[in-house]
Amino acid sequence: MSQEIAIDIKDLKKSFDGGNTFILKGMNLKIPKGKITVIIGFSGTGKSVLMKHILGLHQPTSGSIKVFGRQLSEMSAEEIIELRIKMGVLFQHAALFDDMTALENAAFPLKEHRRELKKEQREEIARHKLKISGLDEIHYHKLPAELSGGMRKRVGLARALALDPEVLLYDEPTTGLDPILTEMVDDLIYSTHKSHKGTTSVVISHDLHAAFRLGDHIVMLDKGLVKMEGTPEDFINTDNEFVRRFVNKGIRRKE
Amino acid sequence: MISWWLSKRHHLNSSINSFFEQIVQNVSTFFFEAGRTVLFFSESIKLLFSKPSRFKDLLIHMEFVGNQSVLIILLTGAFTGLALSYQIYIGFNLVNATNLVGPTVALGIFKELAPVLTGLIVAARAGGAMAAQLGTMRVSEQIDALEVMGVNPLQYLVAPRLMAAILTMPLLCGVFDAVAIYSAQLLCVNVLGLDSAIFWDKIQMWTDTDAINEGLIKAGIFGMTFSAICTKTGFYTKGGAKGVGDATNKGVVYSMVMIIVLNFFTSNLIRLYHSIMESI
Repeated sequence: MSQEIAIDIKDLKKSFDGGNTFILKGMNLKIPKGKITVIIGFSGTGKSVLMKHILGLHQPTSGSIKVFGRQLSEMSAEEIIELRIKMGVLFQHAALFDDMTALENAAFPLKEHRRELKKEQREEIARHKLKISGLDEIHYHKLPAELSGGMRKRVGLARALALDPEVLLYDEPTTGLDPILTEMVDDLIYSTHKSHKGTTSVVISHDLHAAFRLGDHIVMLDKGLVKMEGTPEDFINTDNEFVRRFVNKGIRRKE
Repeated sequence: MISWWLSKRHHLNSSINSFFEQIVQNVSTFFFEAGRTVLFFSESIKLLFSKPSRFKDLLIHMEFVGNQSVLIILLTGAFTGLALSYQIYIGFNLVNATNLVGPTVALGIFKELAPVLTGLIVAARAGGAMAAQLGTMRVSEQIDALEVMGVNPLQYLVAPRLMAAILTMPLLCGVFDAVAIYSAQLLCVNVLGLDSAIFWDKIQMWTDTDAINEGLIKAGIFGMTFSAICTKTGFYTKGGAKGVGDATNKGVVYSMVMIIVLNFFTSNLIRLYHSIMESI
């Protein structure tokens, strides 16, 4: 079965201290286009570092990253900016600009990159994106500090969606949320993926339930390496002892 | 006995060595950081003129650094003028030279006190706020968010702040000059009974616009100094709330020390410039 690949990572290595210790130790993974890929792993396995490489925020020590078939290291600064416009990111704590209202936050990418649009048109798009993300209209003119954690996530998602990205990255979207909110965010990711046809979603998480609920494709990281890659069925039927332990951990009851 | 002494001496030597090593290390760190700050400044200020224009942000920051500092500058300016003129009056009264109180106060304020005090106050106020704000934006991933949205944070966040400080500092220094000199005249003429005509006439005789310009130029340089140091420490904040606290603390302290040190050197440079211009 041949799949279109959105992001192709080959032998990616990264060290922050000049080669003494490696955070990423030669990762190989492919992220298929138009699907939800969940990247899971315990904390400290290099998930966030991997994401920052995909976005071009970190330079790899060695190895290659191809996004939409283009080598990241061969791109100019302007091309990287063009590429980033095609990617939307929802940060762990939403990373909203705290001096702007919810609506201004959602309209910010448009203000920067769609300067040809009038202010009213930009606001119209931002309102639409906030509505898709499920934020009530009464909250549009509130500052992030006045919003709850779940609402902030919704605004963050609306901001990530503002420029109709081809790739949506979620950095630990449910970490630190209660089970009900976690389910809400998972549903939000799923419905956003379904309503934006053709978008590639990448969810970085340590929540195994989310991986099984959302993932078309699951990548498991361990100690800077890809431990396993495959469909949820592959993960349930695996012989790999380590993966079985990780999978069972989410299900087994403490005696 | 000898071996005991030798080991003692060795210990002493090594502790002296490590003391000097520490000094050398501190000095090299200082120059390294200073160089990085200069690079950070030049890289950011170049972006000021690139598209998209940040003129509106520049105005917002100028309002913050400038307008919002006026009251505190008025207060410090007034009391500096009062205190300085009173001390100089007491001293000059002993030698019957009270005619020269005006020009001495004026020169001291125009050339040194106004730019330095304005620099220190605005560095603490606006510089601290810059470092804290950028630091918070860094630790809450807002700067990362800007970058992944294809917005250059140096151009969007840093460049307007630098320019705002450079443009508003001379204006604030001018306010300081005016308030300080009028409060000095208030004390000397209205309270201590000096002759108003002599006070102003002597000031005109001994000072010229160059003296005022020197202070204004210095204020601009100090604005550049504190804004570059504070935005840089804020921009590269690491860690959480403690990191922001450290960055703010470091930014303000370094700015203040650098303003006082640079004041001495810029005074001399300006004097050198004047002597060269006169000799040509």
